[in-house]
Amino acid sequence: MPAFLRYLVPLLVFLALAALLYKGLGIDPKRVPSPLIDKPAPAFNLPRLKQPQQTLSNADFKGKVSLFNVWATWCVACRQEHPLLMQLSKLGVPIYGLNYKDKRPAAEQWLQRFGDPYLANAFDAEGRVGIDWGVYGTPETFVIDKQGVIRHKHIGPLTRDAIEKEMLPLIKKLREEKG
Amino acid sequence: MIPELGQIALILTLCLAVVQAVVPLVGSLNHTPSWVAMARPLAYGQFVFLAFAFAVLTYAFLSNDFSVLYVAQHGNTELPTIYKISAVWGAHEGSLLLWVFILSAWAVAVAGFTRNLPDIVVARVLSVMGMISIGFLSFLLFTSNPFARQFPVPFQGGELNPLLQDFGLAVHPPMLYMGYVGMSVAFSFAIAALIGGKLDNAWARWSRPWTLVAWMFLTVGIVLGSWWAYYELGWGGWWFWDPVENASFMPWLAGTALIHSLAVTEKRGAFKRWTVLLALLAFSLSLLGTFLVRSGVLTSVHAFASDPARGLFILIFLMLVIGGSLFLYALRAPSISRGGGFDVLSRETLLLGNNLLLVLITALVLLGTLAPLLYEAMGWGKISVGFPWFNSMFVTFAPLMILLMGAGPLTRWKHQDPSELMRQLRLALAVSIAAGIAAALPFATGSWSAGLAVGLAMWLLTTLLTSLHLRLRHRGGIRKLFSDLAGRGSRSYYGMWVAHLGIAIFVVGVTFVTQFDIEKDVRMSPGQEVMLHDYLFRFDGVVTHEGPNYTALRGAVHVSRNGKEIAVLHPEKRTYRVQTRPMTEAGIQAGLFQDIYVSLGESLGGGDWALRLYYKPLVRWIWLGGLLMALGGLLAASDPRYRLRVLAKLRGQAPGDALTAGGQA
Repeated sequence: MPAFLRYLVPLLVFLALAALLYKGLGIDPKRVPSPLIDKPAPAFNLPRLKQPQQTLSNADFKGKVSLFNVWATWCVACRQEHPLLMQLSKLGVPIYGLNYKDKRPAAEQWLQRFGDPYLANAFDAEGRVGIDWGVYGTPETFVIDKQGVIRHKHIGPLTRDAIEKEMLPLIKKLREEKG
Repeated sequence: MIPELGQIALILTLCLAVVQAVVPLVGSLNHTPSWVAMARPLAYGQFVFLAFAFAVLTYAFLSNDFSVLYVAQHGNTELPTIYKISAVWGAHEGSLLLWVFILSAWAVAVAGFTRNLPDIVVARVLSVMGMISIGFLSFLLFTSNPFARQFPVPFQGGELNPLLQDFGLAVHPPMLYMGYVGMSVAFSFAIAALIGGKLDNAWARWSRPWTLVAWMFLTVGIVLGSWWAYYELGWGGWWFWDPVENASFMPWLAGTALIHSLAVTEKRGAFKRWTVLLALLAFSLSLLGTFLVRSGVLTSVHAFASDPARGLFILIFLMLVIGGSLFLYALRAPSISRGGGFDVLSRETLLLGNNLLLVLITALVLLGTLAPLLYEAMGWGKISVGFPWFNSMFVTFAPLMILLMGAGPLTRWKHQDPSELMRQLRLALAVSIAAGIAAALPFATGSWSAGLAVGLAMWLLTTLLTSLHLRLRHRGGIRKLFSDLAGRGSRSYYGMWVAHLGIAIFVVGVTFVTQFDIEKDVRMSPGQEVMLHDYLFRFDGVVTHEGPNYTALRGAVHVSRNGKEIAVLHPEKRTYRVQTRPMTEAGIQAGLFQDIYVSLGESLGGGDWALRLYYKPLVRWIWLGGLLMALGGLLAASDPRYRLRVLAKLRGQAPGDALTAGGQA
């Protein structure tokens, strides 16, 4: 290899990285809808967090408009959005959780300590269900309609803005749809 | 009217930056002294205008000028004065203004403290800094103007994010930016040297103090961020491998490699290409961090209001700065001469090993940070990288690095006789192994990780002591230590000593707090007592407490040990009036050997509360170690040998051709 080419290696590595970053801008995780939108929720059947003998499955979503929130105790942003989930649950929005790649005692302590906004949590220790759901990073929140179809996905921590401008109007609209 | 003056000041700074980027550089190439001489005044001018702009924005916050959009979003009449000031850099636009302001402060420092350097070199360095300044000023003016106005003017502002209303976070960003931006000086020196085609030990010597000071600030910034996360987020963690934390850690790793590599280049003239590449890398990673934080490509708790347009702007800027500098490197590298040779066993080899490990760790952190993005972009599906991956990486490489770190200072440059080294290391090795095994025994800690950490820390300590002993024995004993520190001798040696000691303390702190912390979630009614480790916690109920801009529920927890009260802790749950976001404030009894940490959970009715109690052994050692590393950096940067030329000048010697003289000194 000529000497000049050898010293081009750092530049080439950087260009590859820049290309990746450019592509990253296009697939901005907060903006691009998930391919799962308007598809039925991927099937799963997992033990519940608090009652390991019982299970939670995608069938539980049927018949009501609900949220499915992916979270973990190791995720800082989940801590940030937690109070908003508490408020949502007080507004009467049914929230299911997917406790993702977590440890059971840690997750139980978390709920005890910060409050439990969830109707029930599926406990996904290996993150297999998370992969089926296209979880990019925690937290993520899906809006699921009465048929059990995913209608919206919010990536990253929920914000007051996103709840007021996107989620609540959508939930209201979906509730008016026929079950 | 006043905010417009701020904006005009920014525009004028941009004009000055353009002149600074072009004129001194061109002057240095076609030998026009008057053009070269413009570099310094231009740097001072930029600083004056930026200081003015910064003062204007601060004034807008202090005077609650909500006609300025940025102030209306993040200011509030009820904010305490200190947080009105820190709100200036509490969000994207203002923090970017702080970034350029600090860049100009570094440029002024370079202009002011380099009287002993050839004017041509200084002109080139300042030109490169001018180019960086152009990029950030245009970013500020065209996509993120902090002085944009709005009408109608609201009566009240939106308030600074409550998470940021805290002393630690008020000072964390300026420190971190001092570090990030400070790496631009080493970068500019490297580019100037590449332009001039002359990479010699003089170049390494000139870069060293700047790199050390920037590295010190970066260290302090990271320590502050970690400390803040610990007491403010309310669950006792001190590092989360969040993309933005990684963004500050990568330049730190690269910077650490750079300060070691610069030492080799200065002393032995070796590793020139590698050193110059590291100088480019350290600043490039700082810029990459800026991109990651502000473009929104990764989800993170720290992310600023993200905007793809801003992301694209920074990406183009990255392409120009990093791409351009690496291209220049490719052009010049083949003609860079090889430095002095060295044997397989020599200090050069050990430093090279340390460098490779640091760069490997940097690459792995980068990979872990970008892996979710990479998977997404390549359509390979989804992945999330968390604690376990990063931690296992560290457990793998850190011990190896510490072994090298212990032997390095005892090894000679160029050639080391293996049997002599073994003789010097024998005692340290025996003591460390014994200490490690003793610490791992069941009646001590019963944990092999703790044993390994103690052994490694002891290895660092004993090798450092051996090295100090050998150094002083040959040079006049303990008096030499004092005279060295008083300023005549090599402070950089003591800088290394203190910083490496910091690593030893850090390693022990991290391991012990990870292995032996105890936490307990309890439901407590007033008057109830709970034991945790040796400590008895008594909960005395919760009262309402009014803060300046929040209402808090404040608990009282009495902590006693062996019947003696040692602390009354007041964990709080605050609700800030404007953003109505509940925030936790942990109650912490800090101690050198353990922290007692209480945070308040939910009210469970009937006066009962959920509380989380922690016992965190040696957690302070993490930050203490970090601060010692920073102190080491400062000591090394203040080594008198970097000021020799100044002293020579003061003594009335003719400076002569400083370029050649610098190379020989």
